[in-house]
Amino acid sequence: MDRILEVNDLHVHFSTYGGTVQAVRGVSFHLNRGETLAIVGESGCGKSVTSNAIMGLIPSPSGKIVNGSILFKGEDLTKFPEKKMRTIRGVDISMIFQDPMTALNPTLTIGTQLMEGLIQHKKVSAKEAEKRAIEMMELVGIPNPKERLKHYPHQFSGGMRQRIVIAIALICEPELLIADEPTTALDGTIQAQILELFGAIQEKTGVSIILITHDLGVVAKIADRIAVMYAGKIIETGTKRDIFYRPQHPYTKGLLHSVPRLDERGELEPIDGTPPDLFSPPIGCPFTARCPLAMEVCNKVYPATSSLSETHQVNCWLQDERAKQLLAAAASK
Amino acid sequence: MFRYILKRLLIALITLWIIVTITFVLMVSVPGSPFNSEQTSNEAIQANLEAHYNLDKPYHIQYLLYLKSIATLDLGPSIKQPSQTVNDLLGRGFPISFELGMVTIIVAVISGILLGILSALRHNGIIDYLAMGFAVLGISIPNFILATFLIQQLAVNLKIFPVATWSSPMHMVLPVIALATGPMAIIARLTRSSMLEVLTQDYIKMARAKGLSPWKITIKHALRNALMPVVTIMGTLLAGILTGTFVIEQIFAIPGMGKYFVESVNQRDYPVIMGTTVFYSAFLIFMLLLVDIAYGILDPRIKLHKKEGGEG
Amino acid sequence: MKQAEEVTKLSPANVPDEWFTFIEVDKTEAETVSRPSLSYWKDAWRRLRKNKMAMMGLVFLVLLTFMAIFGPMMTPYDVNVQDRPNQYQPPSAEHWFGTDNMGRDVFTRTWYGARISLFVGFVAAIIDVFIGIIWGGISGYKGGRTDNIMMRIIEILYGIPSLLVTILLLVVFGPSLFTIILALAITGWVGMARIVRGQVLQIKNYEFVQASKSYGAKSGRIIRKHLLPNTMGPIIVQMTLSIPTAIFAEAFLSFIGLGVQAPYASWGVMANDSLGAILSGNWWTLFFPAFFISFTMFAFNVLGDGLQDALDPRLRK
Repeated sequence: MDRILEVNDLHVHFSTYGGTVQAVRGVSFHLNRGETLAIVGESGCGKSVTSNAIMGLIPSPSGKIVNGSILFKGEDLTKFPEKKMRTIRGVDISMIFQDPMTALNPTLTIGTQLMEGLIQHKKVSAKEAEKRAIEMMELVGIPNPKERLKHYPHQFSGGMRQRIVIAIALICEPELLIADEPTTALDGTIQAQILELFGAIQEKTGVSIILITHDLGVVAKIADRIAVMYAGKIIETGTKRDIFYRPQHPYTKGLLHSVPRLDERGELEPIDGTPPDLFSPPIGCPFTARCPLAMEVCNKVYPATSSLSETHQVNCWLQDERAKQLLAAAASK
Repeated sequence: MFRYILKRLLIALITLWIIVTITFVLMVSVPGSPFNSEQTSNEAIQANLEAHYNLDKPYHIQYLLYLKSIATLDLGPSIKQPSQTVNDLLGRGFPISFELGMVTIIVAVISGILLGILSALRHNGIIDYLAMGFAVLGISIPNFILATFLIQQLAVNLKIFPVATWSSPMHMVLPVIALATGPMAIIARLTRSSMLEVLTQDYIKMARAKGLSPWKITIKHALRNALMPVVTIMGTLLAGILTGTFVIEQIFAIPGMGKYFVESVNQRDYPVIMGTTVFYSAFLIFMLLLVDIAYGILDPRIKLHKKEGGEG
Repeated sequence: MKQAEEVTKLSPANVPDEWFTFIEVDKTEAETVSRPSLSYWKDAWRRLRKNKMAMMGLVFLVLLTFMAIFGPMMTPYDVNVQDRPNQYQPPSAEHWFGTDNMGRDVFTRTWYGARISLFVGFVAAIIDVFIGIIWGGISGYKGGRTDNIMMRIIEILYGIPSLLVTILLLVVFGPSLFTIILALAITGWVGMARIVRGQVLQIKNYEFVQASKSYGAKSGRIIRKHLLPNTMGPIIVQMTLSIPTAIFAEAFLSFIGLGVQAPYASWGVMANDSLGAILSGNWWTLFFPAFFISFTMFAFNVLGDGLQDALDPRLRK
């Protein structure tokens, strides 16, 4: 399998007024060429920080990558100087953000915003740029592209704007697209349209996608593989089938139970409690305080990684033989 | 855009009319008419006044005739300076004040914006602290006090600049500094805070994610958005500079309109006060209109009379 | 820290068997936030205190108020008694700030001037607040057509150069303490009205207001109990920042001869009287009033800025 991106043991810290926040604490995952990986977790778990780290957009000097490597096509991005990163951003790796209403500059035409990256990075002529821009608009499904190039963002609806944002991200034909909560700010039907668009684009251009979201419904539609993140760590990784049909970690199970599903009946159960404070994160498993099956070892030691299959990994003490014995004993009482 | 300008023009005219009316009402309510023979020194002036202001007619007729005279730009005679009309005084003094004002505005706007941008880009650095410290002083020290201080130090003691009057570029330096410091400080502060806020916006993040160079991001993306709030306060600043000319011209003995105005206030030369007030107000209102139009050009949401949403 | 790291590196084989027992987890504990939370006002005060410039301004103003009240009692001189032979004495042991062109003690006059300037500033600002709250409050709360009309009026009034109108008023009615305050108040309330209206519009739509409405609370009560306390922040800031404007205006008017008349003495009047003195080197007659006008405005501005930051709910940590 050709790995286009490999993140190894990434640690990102922020120094703030109240102390140091350990936002990302040893995250490792990889992305294969042409697939879609979804990083799932609740607000504050570190997923956005991770994607910002890949792009080299961690606000410095308050934020810092203190450990780890990010290998893009074999090269470690954490070692790149800013100037070199600028040649990567928008060209090899692109990113789109959550809120389409604020992602576009209100005082510039969308034509300008579409073409500027292309002109700067690929040095094409204005005419060529316009041609490409129109092509992209058609790709993302905006009618009357030639005319609308001269329009301003406020003349488009939310769904349209997000399409434009996607067009801007893809115009330089990047190999990796990071989408940070791309549908969260949109209505239901528009959400579905945008997700379909992602699928169509991936088919057409072969771009690899990292999709960041807290919404499992979104994940179910287009993800090939899923990484579940909690309190700065990835606690479970697997293919879509692995995660949806054989979830191992209590947190993953909790997430699935709090989302309505057509194949199960029963009540929705939200997970009690809130994530831990990242100023002084717990030494052991961060989910212990909210876990219905917490054990003493969970508090004391961070769970080792268990591999259930080539594609499915989880960090949970319940995988240990002794835990399974304990569960069996408790069940037979 | 057209509708926008029309609306602004309408408001401008109404405002002007209100001021003219207020001026008229106040003048006729001066205890003991301002136009009686105690004030004037001779019969010729008195006759002039009566002719111009129609003092024998009932108030509402006076008012209408007054409006007419304003519309025809005839601002009446002066009481205290025989054979001078307000128009004469304006003709002499205004060009000088205008020059002072224009130079001041250019200096204040350019240096204020530059300072503000620099501070925002070097947020929390040395430049930022120094610039903003200077700015707070700038808005706190009244321009006339700064003026006297400048004269005392630079003109009298060190003799670098001339003390008074208006005959060479060197003469311009001190008055302009005194008049421009306040507005420059205000512009610098506003530009800085506006810039800082713009730099946290999503579209700036997006521009960075596109790999655009920092220069391009600052000038092409950030600046236009950051300057919009600055344009909106230009009106107030202009008014401040205008009233500032009153005292600055006094202190530096510059023969501009402001000086004549202050003199007429001190001497209670009512026709001059009225005429000048109306003129100044008209001028200011016109400037405000220009500022509004400039804002309309900057902000595309106004330029293209908003269409409601697009196709879904 | 070292020990914890070692612990986490334990491989499954090294983890003791006894640790594999279920534990009771107190879910409610997980919900407590680790830092104590403060009320809005306490948090604001804490933040203000951290701001050195703002505190400096505050301390200065407190001292100034103190001196304004007690200063004149510290000297045997009367504020208005002239003593021509003694004119233009530089600062000395007898006259701490020297004497002015009429031989009056500058020290005493400075504190009298403080009283007048501060009084004018405060009263004008307070009147502005009142008018502004009423106008802006009604406009924002009623909304719809009323709001539209009231805002149109504001727009027009905003375009009227206030200092010019103030000058006109004073020329017509004669300058006196009363008319100056009145003129400043009449021309200055527009800014406050806008701010109040903006606040009211924001808060009107908050959920707890809707909730109140839904169980029938009357308009007046809603305004008093809910809207007003939440709008206080920007109003206080605006007031703090409008006082220096009033002080400046008073000084300015004095400078063109429309200031308070004798027997009152404001800083602006003192500065105006002493203009001629610069050329002859009697710096103290101008310095003290000029310094105090500037520093007082500086103190209010810095305090106002600090308050703005401290009371901004978005900056709460």
